[in-house]
Amino acid sequence: MDEFLRQVLAGLATGGIYASLALALVMIYQATHLVNFAQGELAMFATYFAWSLIDAGVPYWPAFLLTVAFAFVLGVLIERVIIRPVENAPVLAVVVVFIALLVILNSVAGWIYSYTIKTFPSPFPEEPIFGKYITSHEGGAIGVTMVVLLLLYLFFRFTPLGLAMRAAAQNPDSARLVGIRVGWMLALGWGLAAAVGGVAGMMVAPIVFLDPNMMGGVLLYAFAAALVGGIDNPAGAVFGGFLVGVLENLLGAFVIGNELKLAVALVLIIGVLVVKPSGFFGKVLVTRV
Amino acid sequence: MSRRQIIVIAVVLLAACALPFVVSNYRTFQFTLALVYAIALLGLNMLTGYNGQISLGHGAFYAIGAYTTAILMDQYGVPYWATIPVAAAVCLVAGFLFGLPALRLEGLYLALATFALAVSLPALLKYHHLEHWTGGVQGIVILKPDPPFDLPINADQWLYFFTLAVTLLMFVLAWNILRGRMGRAMVAIRDQHVAAEAMGVHTAMVKSMTFGVSAMYTGVAGALGAIAIQFVAPDSFNIFVSIVFLVGIVIGGIASISGAIYGALFIQFVPNIADAISKAAPWAIFGIFLLGFVYLSPMGVAGAVRMAVVRLTRKAQNQAAKP
Repeated sequence: MDEFLRQVLAGLATGGIYASLALALVMIYQATHLVNFAQGELAMFATYFAWSLIDAGVPYWPAFLLTVAFAFVLGVLIERVIIRPVENAPVLAVVVVFIALLVILNSVAGWIYSYTIKTFPSPFPEEPIFGKYITSHEGGAIGVTMVVLLLLYLFFRFTPLGLAMRAAAQNPDSARLVGIRVGWMLALGWGLAAAVGGVAGMMVAPIVFLDPNMMGGVLLYAFAAALVGGIDNPAGAVFGGFLVGVLENLLGAFVIGNELKLAVALVLIIGVLVVKPSGFFGKVLVTRV
Repeated sequence: MSRRQIIVIAVVLLAACALPFVVSNYRTFQFTLALVYAIALLGLNMLTGYNGQISLGHGAFYAIGAYTTAILMDQYGVPYWATIPVAAAVCLVAGFLFGLPALRLEGLYLALATFALAVSLPALLKYHHLEHWTGGVQGIVILKPDPPFDLPINADQWLYFFTLAVTLLMFVLAWNILRGRMGRAMVAIRDQHVAAEAMGVHTAMVKSMTFGVSAMYTGVAGALGAIAIQFVAPDSFNIFVSIVFLVGIVIGGIASISGAIYGALFIQFVPNIADAISKAAPWAIFGIFLLGFVYLSPMGVAGAVRMAVVRLTRKAQNQAAKP
């Protein structure tokens, strides 16, 4: 029973990280109906930025905030410069651009920081402070995720800018008619998504260690989470994240062993897409032919 | 085919046959790999270029082909040439089966599902219950075949000619499939699937069949690649193999048979040159070329060549028309 509880809590901790990344994916999907294959590499790149700040002697939390800002600017820039020209291009062109972005971010990180694995510090103390079932980093990661989710909710629900962004995502034409600059709203959405992803990267790096390929698996779980919850539903993505985290941990610990953990994500992704493409909470898409 | 096309193909073939006698053994090996990639790219191009189903996971079928050959040679002592039809059959079935659920997925979602397949593949290959066959993390080492009938060439040259023969066969086959009934159905589904269905094309069958044939091509490439490299291991079949194939078809030219050759030469030789700069440089260059081609030349090198030929012949005709 102890072991079971420990696995569930550890699952919730990684689940929170998947939830953040899944939320980043959903934010971009909602605004543009694109799935950002480079989301994980963006997060990885931001985490390296944090690492070099901390390495240069900046204390953790200022480095954390600077990284979030850096990721935001990076996201906005990428949307404006790289994604904008292919906004209305065929799907294949868009997928190719995302893959190009993935490859470029990955190789630039490898170029600057080398491919050797680095340790990334955790801001939380060594000794367990949340009881015996959970390490303090896991507990802290859940806390940070919750704060990020709450801030995002408050931003989208209660600020005029958040409202404008939701309007631009839901109905671009009408939003433009009431004077919202839809293009900039999309860029802001990209920035926010990159910032949230950056937080996920900094939270997962102490667990998986820092290297240019660290987000491959995490991105896959985030895809699974977003799909399980319904790819156009932010709350669903968060729920999916926690569900996938717990499921992955329990199956890995008790049923199929750690080697096949990634296969859980594969089965979930294909299973959901084939059986119920709208996920638990997504809108069912009806296309007119 | 026009007469000019036949001449071009004959010249290219002659040059390809003369090649291993002119360059070093190592270069011959590299050209063998380029041929292998050409087959794989042709397979992916059938699916993504002609049929419009985006796959980011063709590295998986490449791996299945490679492992089929390696296991047959290592465990059962099957001769290398006999493993290739088996690898083709295994991948045809695997592709067809993967193509069935893929029928329900369009565009982006299929890309996502195949991406997931490619990312999780190395972990599956390392699975310890399969270790007896796959050799686990260590992989399998196989022997390079010797030239038969006491031919006066070395093993590298023989493998090159063997691969060249298979490549030719696969290209002729592809050319026949693509200009026939099946190829037209594939293109029709890509461009207007509702209209295609109304015209009596069995959409589901054609789509999953295309998936199967495409996987078969990639599997044959994987089998030949394993024989050429003499080694298979899980970590050499990561997501980046699939991405390299995507780079190849985008740069070679979407929906073009000759594009497979341009793309294969690009992905084989550009990393060699770029490696001199930095370990990360080949990938940075791949990424930048991908972006560049999407923005500037969406039809790839093959499209650019076609345009150049049209322009040159038109100029020649204009000059001939002037007195």
